[in-house]
Amino acid sequence: MSFEAWIIATGVLVGVSCGLIGTFLVLRSMAMLADAISHTVLLGIVGAFLVTGSLDGIYMFIGAAATGLLTAFLVQLLHSKGVQSDAAIGVVFTSLFAIGVILLSVYGANVHLDIEHSLMGEIAFVPWNTVTVFGVDIGPKAFWMLASVLVLNVVLISVCYKEFKIASFDPQMALALGIPVLLIHYVQMGMLSLTTVASFDSVGAVLVVAMLIVPPAAAHLLTDRLLYMLILSALIGGLSAVMGYFFATWLNVSISGAMAAMTGVCYASAFLFSPANGVITKKLRTLNMQKERAG
Amino acid sequence: MFESLWLQLQHPNTQWVLAGTLLLGTASGVLGSFVLLRKQSLIGDAMAHSALPGVCLAFLFTGQKSLPFFLLGAALAGLLGTFCIQLIPRLSKTKEDSAIGIVLSVFFGVGIILLTYIQQQGAGSQSGLDSFLFGQAASLVRQDIILIAGISAVLLLLCIVFFKEFTLITFDLAFAKGLGIPVRFLNGLLACLIVCAVVIGLQTVGVILMAAMLITPAITARYWTERLTGMIIIAGITGGVSGVAGTLLSTTMKGMATGPLMILSATLLFLFSMICAPKRGLAAKAIRLMRLRRRTSREQVLLAIYEQYEKNNLCVTVESVRKKRRLSPSLCLKALNDLEQERCIERIENGIWQITSKGIEKGYHTALKQRMYEVYLMHEMELANIESDQDYFDPDRLPRETRERLYSLLKLYGRMPERRKASHDAEKGQIANEF
Repeated sequence: MSFEAWIIATGVLVGVSCGLIGTFLVLRSMAMLADAISHTVLLGIVGAFLVTGSLDGIYMFIGAAATGLLTAFLVQLLHSKGVQSDAAIGVVFTSLFAIGVILLSVYGANVHLDIEHSLMGEIAFVPWNTVTVFGVDIGPKAFWMLASVLVLNVVLISVCYKEFKIASFDPQMALALGIPVLLIHYVQMGMLSLTTVASFDSVGAVLVVAMLIVPPAAAHLLTDRLLYMLILSALIGGLSAVMGYFFATWLNVSISGAMAAMTGVCYASAFLFSPANGVITKKLRTLNMQKERAG
Repeated sequence: MFESLWLQLQHPNTQWVLAGTLLLGTASGVLGSFVLLRKQSLIGDAMAHSALPGVCLAFLFTGQKSLPFFLLGAALAGLLGTFCIQLIPRLSKTKEDSAIGIVLSVFFGVGIILLTYIQQQGAGSQSGLDSFLFGQAASLVRQDIILIAGISAVLLLLCIVFFKEFTLITFDLAFAKGLGIPVRFLNGLLACLIVCAVVIGLQTVGVILMAAMLITPAITARYWTERLTGMIIIAGITGGVSGVAGTLLSTTMKGMATGPLMILSATLLFLFSMICAPKRGLAAKAIRLMRLRRRTSREQVLLAIYEQYEKNNLCVTVESVRKKRRLSPSLCLKALNDLEQERCIERIENGIWQITSKGIEKGYHTALKQRMYEVYLMHEMELANIESDQDYFDPDRLPRETRERLYSLLKLYGRMPERRKASHDAEKGQIANEF
C-alpha cells in the first residue's frame, strides 16, 4: 500500500474506534471526561517512559490505561467529596496534564516525544514507523495498534451490548436489575483510555477529543436508535478522516487539525439538515404546515 | 538557588512579569468564583481553546506579532465559541457537555490548521504563536505586561462595580428578572469579562491550562467560606499567589514553561484546602464524624445500662452491654470509661461497673427522650404538627398536649421509663451476692 493509503487507513481507524466508544460517552453526558482523559494520557506515556525507559507500545498502553482510569477515579472521588462534577473534571485533568508537561520538560531531552507533537499529532509520519513480522514488513505500527484496539472495542461492545445500552439510558434500572453499573463505567473508561492512547500518537490529544465527541453527537441528531447511532457515528468518523486528509493535502496544512475541522463540518450539516432534528428542516416543516393551513 | 532567585528579583523585567502574573491570577480567581457558582467551569476551557483560531487569524490579517490584535482576535473567537455553546443545546438535542466538547475540539482543530498554514507560509517567525499553546511568561515584553495588567485591573474594577448585580444573577436569576434588572445584558457582560480573563492569560498560562486558572482558585476558596465576598477575596489571593509562585519557580528552573507551574501551585493550594480547611475540609469532617460516633456510642451504652437497671440487673460488663447493642468491644469499653469519668457509673471490680444515682437520672432522661421519639415515629401521621429530626428532638420543647399524648402512648405500650430510688447500699449488697 502507498503511504497515502496507510495514512488514510489509520485516520479511518481512529474515526471508527473513537466513534464507537464516544457514542456511550455522549449518551451518558460524559463528553468532557473524554477531554480530560485524552489530556491526561500524556502523563501516562511520560510516566511509562520514566519507569521503563522505553517508548514501546505495550508500556505506553499500560501507562495510559492506568492514568485514564486514575483520572476517572479521581474525578469520581472529588465529586463524592462534594466538589461539583464539572469543576472536579477541570481540576483533575489540568493538574495531571501540568505534571505531565513538567516531567516532560525535565526529562524530555532524551524522549522522542514533544508536547506539540502530542497535542497535534503527526499522522503524516505514521507510514515510516513499521512493524516486521517473520521478516515481512506488514505496515505501520500505529495502524496495527489501532486495528487491535478497534477489534477489542467491537468485541466488548457486541458482548456487553445489552448491558451498555441499559446502563447508558437508565442506570437506576440497570442497578435494580443487578447489572454492575460501576464496573461498566470503569470498563468503558478503560476502553476510552486504550482508544485514546492508540490514536494519540498519530493524531494528538485534541483530534482524539474531536473524534470522540463530534461524530457521536452528529449521529445522535440523525437517529434515535442506539445501534444505528453506533454505525452512523463510526461512518461519520471515518468519513471526516478521509475528507480531512484530502483537505489537508490540498492546502498543505496539519492533517489532524483538518480531520477535527471536518468532524465539525459533519456536525454542522447534521445540526442544520438532519431530517428529524435539523434546524433548517424544522423551519421548512413549519413553513409548509403554515402554507397548508392557509391553503 | 535562593541567591539566584534574589538576583532574578532585582531584575526589572522579572518584577514586571511578577506584577503581571499577580494581577492576572487575581482577576481570574475573582471571575472564576462566578464561573464556578454558575456551574460553567468547563466553558472556560472551551473559551481558551477556541481563542486559538482567533489569534492565528489576527496574525494572518495584520501580518505582525502584536499583542493587542492577538487579544482582540482571541476575544472575538472566544465569544463566538461561547455563543455556539449556548446556541447548540437550545436548538438541538445535543446536551451542553457535548456542545462544549464540540466547540472546543473543532475550534482548536481549525486553529491548528491556521497555525500550520502560517508556518508553511513562512511569513515571519511564528514562535510568538507557539507560546500561546503552553504559556511562557518570559516571552512577554514590558508593553505586553502593561496591557495585561491594565486589562486585569479593569476587569477587577468592573467586578467591584457590578458586584451586587453579578451576585444576584448568579444565585437567583428569576428574582433578578422579577426586579427588572437587565439580565441579558449582565449575562453578556459577565461572559465578556470571563473571555477577557481567559484571553489575557493565554500567553502566560497557555490555551490548555487556562481553564484551571479559573476553576482551581475558586474551588479552593469554596472550602474556606460560605459567603460570596469571602470566596471572591480568597480566590483572588489564591490565584495571585499561584501566579507569583509559578513565575518564581519557572525563573529558577531552566526551560520550564510558566503555565504548568502556576497550575501545579494552584493545585497544591487546593489539595491543602481540601484536607485542612476548618469547616468543610476532610480532616475537620473526619474529626466531626469521630466525635459524633463517640457521642452516639456513649448514649447507646448508657441506654443499655439503663435498660439493665430497669430489669434489676445492676452489674454492667462489656459483654452485657454488647448483648443489647452491637458495638465493637473497644468502642464499648471506651464509652464505659467515658461514662465512668462522668460519674454515671462506678467501677466495682475490674471489668464490672454499676450504675450510680447520677447515671440513673441521666439514663432516665435519655431513655425518655429516645422512647418518646420512637413513639412519635410510630404515630407520625397523627402527630404531624411537629416536624422533628432525631438530633433536634427535645421533649421539653414540645407543646404540652403533644407531650401528654406521647406520655399516655408510652404508658400504653409499657415503655415509660421508671425512676426507682432504690437505696444504694442495698444494691451493692445485691451485687455482692451475685458474685
